[in-house]
Amino acid sequence: MPAKMPLDAILAALFPAGHAVTVAEGLITGEGPFGDGRLVVVGIDGDTALGVEGALMLSRAVLDAVKAGESSGSRAPILVAVDSDSQRMSRRDELLGLNECLAHLAKALLLADHLGHPTVGLIYGHSAAGAFIATALATRVLAALPGADPSVMDLPSVARVTKLPLEKLEAMAASTPVFAPGLDNMVATGAVHVVLDPGQPLDAQLRALIADLPPGDIRDRLGRERGGRPVAQVIAERVVSQARGT
Amino acid sequence: MAVTSASADPTRLSWYEASARQRVAAFLDADTFQEFVGPAERAMSPHLPLFELPRAFDDGIVVGRGRLDGRPVLVAAQEGRFMGGAFGEVHGAKLVGLLRAAGAVTPAAVLILFDTGGVRLQEANAGETAIAEAMRAIAEVRAAGIPVIGLIGGRAGAYGGGGLIAGTCARLAVSEGGRISVSGPEVIETNKGAEEFDSRDRALVWRTMGGKHRRLTGGADAYVADTVAAFRQAALALIDRAPAFDLATLEAEQARLEARLARFGACRDGAEIWVRLGVNDPDAVPAMTDAAFAETVAGVPEASHDAR
Repeated sequence: MPAKMPLDAILAALFPAGHAVTVAEGLITGEGPFGDGRLVVVGIDGDTALGVEGALMLSRAVLDAVKAGESSGSRAPILVAVDSDSQRMSRRDELLGLNECLAHLAKALLLADHLGHPTVGLIYGHSAAGAFIATALATRVLAALPGADPSVMDLPSVARVTKLPLEKLEAMAASTPVFAPGLDNMVATGAVHVVLDPGQPLDAQLRALIADLPPGDIRDRLGRERGGRPVAQVIAERVVSQARGT
Repeated sequence: MAVTSASADPTRLSWYEASARQRVAAFLDADTFQEFVGPAERAMSPHLPLFELPRAFDDGIVVGRGRLDGRPVLVAAQEGRFMGGAFGEVHGAKLVGLLRAAGAVTPAAVLILFDTGGVRLQEANAGETAIAEAMRAIAEVRAAGIPVIGLIGGRAGAYGGGGLIAGTCARLAVSEGGRISVSGPEVIETNKGAEEFDSRDRALVWRTMGGKHRRLTGGADAYVADTVAAFRQAALALIDRAPAFDLATLEAEQARLEARLARFGACRDGAEIWVRLGVNDPDAVPAMTDAAFAETVAGVPEASHDAR
């Protein structure tokens, strides 16, 4: 697997003229000049687990960008850069309503999209489970860098839950993208739209993505075309067609 | 699917015990349910055979249209007894399709009867992506002014990505047996040890993520008895007061959740939070009757809000 591109290098490539993006306790917030305007960046660095405080700090930053967009009429694109662990697994986080905090962060990103902010995910390291759903997967388009390692659950944990031998799972994973961790499998599923080329300027690649945002949610179509989710699009369309009585 | 007349009496039928099909049939106006992509279509998981696991003709979720007190609604019901109600490729696609249809058929509401452990690990990537698609679709449905209401009282609860979808809904009704959480007790115990969370301590599970705790802290908007009739009444009441999906709502939710962390961030147990919410006798909460609990909730301002 290629090495993970560090956040510093990513930000330097995105903002050749400099930026005001900072990382505190693994949480990324800030912005920088981008094209004729600016690019807002939120995210998670350093394989950090996302808990209740982190989710609310990121949602605060997203809502601030939305507020600024509503008052200025200029709706900045929002980049959600992710190298995270899963959601923080603790009794305290669940006691305080982690599901509400993660859903709130996702809703903030979905609202930003709805109000006209281009939203782009960028997975450059790990991410998993609830942290992935609440951040990068809540954007309109999700890009990855080589070296990214998204997953739902690692294979040893899958082996524990499914009670299948790890060697068997590893063999199955080689031919079946639907359950196995890894970037290639998330691309095949349609969750990751595109893998960027770190050898080319990242800012230009991001601008091209924003200029050519898919009109809606095309992830199930991508999953069918790429073979990682063979039937989801057909099933969803059949439900829509029967609901419309056509 | 036939439901015996005795078990179909919605005032007696336990939501927790009922199957997804029994819930839908008894929840909606009699004989109004029309299923989409029903079992006759054999829309089964293409992946479970690889794991030598049995499949279901409906992949563990029932979706369709019906009427609720005469009003047209779309409804999805997860079957917690098949693969723990977990999201696989077909299961997730049926929910996503139903939500996408809502924009075109403009029902009075979309109702999601949750009963799920989260992502089906045998189809993890497909399930995870479908959950993200469902949340995006819910945002669009809500933005179009159609309430999306979640009902939680099944044996599998609303865990993992199911908890996140629930948090995206405009309103939630929960019963005592309903649990809402991201990481389940077993997952926390497996990863962090039994001293962090003893998953066999059922009372602890209930105090941390059970229906009463969620209702008291405003994580759910209605608390109902464990009958289909009670969920129906709650859904009817919630449809007419669903918050809009806009900046004002999310700003209010931001403030609500920040205030919760500021007030209760140091609490170690649900009972400590209940005391700070003004509940006089927190130890009595778990055993409280539904009527007494409703009275208690009425005295807790934080429990009821439009910030979701």
